[in-house]
Amino acid sequence: MIKRLLSGLDDRTGLLTWFRQALEHPVPPRTGWWYVFGSATFLAFMLQVVTGIALATAYVPSAGDAYASLKFITEQALMGRFLRGLHYFGASAMVVLIGIHVARVYLMGAFKFPRELNWLSGALLLLLTLALAFTGQLLRWDQNAVWSVIVAAAQAGRLPVVGQDVARFLLAGDTVGGATLSRFFAFHVFFIPALVFLLVGLHLALVLRHGISERPQVGDPVDKATYRARYEALLRREGVPFWPDAAWRDVVFGAAMVAVVALLAITIGPPQLGQQPDPSILKADPRPDWYFLWYFAVLALTPTHLETAVIVLGPLIFGAILLCVPFFNTGERSVRRRPWAAIVVLLIVSVIGIFWLAGERAPWSPDFAAKPLPAAVVRDTTPEVVEGARLFYTKGCEFCHAIDGQGGARGPDLSLVATRMSPLEMVGRITNGGPNMPAFASTLTPAEIQAIVAFLATRK
Amino acid sequence: MVAPQPPPPDAPRPPDGADVLKRRRFLSRISLALSTAAAAVVGVPVLGFLLSPLTRKPPNQWRPVGAADAFKVGETVSVKFEDAAALPWSGVSARTAAWLRRDDENTFTAFAVNCTHLGCPVQWFADPKLFLCPCHGGVYNADGSVAGGPPPKPLGRYSVRVRGGQVEILTGPIPLG
Repeated sequence: MIKRLLSGLDDRTGLLTWFRQALEHPVPPRTGWWYVFGSATFLAFMLQVVTGIALATAYVPSAGDAYASLKFITEQALMGRFLRGLHYFGASAMVVLIGIHVARVYLMGAFKFPRELNWLSGALLLLLTLALAFTGQLLRWDQNAVWSVIVAAAQAGRLPVVGQDVARFLLAGDTVGGATLSRFFAFHVFFIPALVFLLVGLHLALVLRHGISERPQVGDPVDKATYRARYEALLRREGVPFWPDAAWRDVVFGAAMVAVVALLAITIGPPQLGQQPDPSILKADPRPDWYFLWYFAVLALTPTHLETAVIVLGPLIFGAILLCVPFFNTGERSVRRRPWAAIVVLLIVSVIGIFWLAGERAPWSPDFAAKPLPAAVVRDTTPEVVEGARLFYTKGCEFCHAIDGQGGARGPDLSLVATRMSPLEMVGRITNGGPNMPAFASTLTPAEIQAIVAFLATRK
Repeated sequence: MVAPQPPPPDAPRPPDGADVLKRRRFLSRISLALSTAAAAVVGVPVLGFLLSPLTRKPPNQWRPVGAADAFKVGETVSVKFEDAAALPWSGVSARTAAWLRRDDENTFTAFAVNCTHLGCPVQWFADPKLFLCPCHGGVYNADGSVAGGPPPKPLGRYSVRVRGGQVEILTGPIPLG
């Protein structure tokens, strides 16, 4: 009965035949575990779609009510906390997996003829994934989200000529408010996912058209004149059906990925909601989600005179490099004959990793939580030194300078400052300031400067 | 075997090849033109709607922030008010703030809270008399000039007036870039 029904359905639609052909299309042998990241990225995206739709049934995309609806989802709705956790860690998985997939394709030269458009559609999907990640963070409409929107708009504002217009387009006006969240909600749940679906469709159609790339072999360069015939001969000789010979690995890895995401959602849970999205609360410490923490560090560490160039040209150069990759579409695919490809990937991962660690520590941010130095750190009991230590805290020196591990890391650690500066030099530095340090001549009295210097002179 | 009969004299003449091509070209063009027109009827208003923030005049509104007598000379405090383009459903996100200082009996200065680096909220610290930014470590002197860090220019300022004993700030777009 069911067989007849399916047969009738296939007769009228052709869908089952098409699906069977797609599933059983021949793929090269011995593809192995390196080939699972593309399907896992797609699975992570579908996880986002499913959990996102569920969350959207309770989330209110209104600037005035979103925060309360998020609190309801997290604290009261059945499984709401778990769903938010799935959505958050699913997003993280999608970003990580698409990154690994791009690196794998690049390292194995799988972007070469005839798969250049596979690469380009994949590159666009990478950019859209990052756009989804960013807009998703903003839908967590708390204080951090509000300031993140402003930071994004400020960066857009640096674009020459059209900057202010782009910033206003992003904010949906001149201020953060009612229209801003609605706009980002529409981007996050309609525009960008629609583009992702379209491009995933194209990407998969291209995979079926050109086949999964075979594992690269040393001394087996891609030649446009012969590649297709050789690939088809390989499939005829040794090809195996995608399902189940290769697909089982995708299924195992995908299931493991879902299990890890679920485990993280249960054990760690979704990101905490910060303060309510009130831009008049100025005690804020805006930070991006982990996937953009490295860029946050780039913006802090770039020399001021280069910053606009980095903000404007950085993404353009990144996009141009992604677009240019498939122009190198012939020749050796094996990374053993393309060692610079491995160096490029290592370099990108290292640079992002180093900036990420810097962003995690954020030593450039003043330590507003610094506490007055205790007597054990001050050590000296001379009244002038004790007064100097007090002023070191109250006058904000400790926001940027640490003494024995207490205080900020924006300026040099002053635990042993007396070993490298004389009292006279200290007076000069405090009075006149220095690189990245304000001058305190107008805010400290000579007696206060003297007391601070007396305290610092004990640090050796 | 029956020989084919010639068509009757009043029967419609079957189109020849050239006529068919001409007709197809005409039908293609009319279909494309109609599709484009239909797409424009929908697309133009959609695009216009999405881009409408660019065509709106930047808002400027005088907002009261408190009685003049409530501010001490020389003190810098944060004042809260509704932003210039609040929408009915904005909720608390329509609130905004400025750092207001009473310079003397009749003069007030209002600084924007947005760091000129990337827009983060600067905080005022009365003892060192500095504005500090928590994001990337921008430092401003009491007069809003840059004292350190990445900010490219001084803190923005709002116009301030005193009307009927009330201090009012002329608020507008978020100062960006």
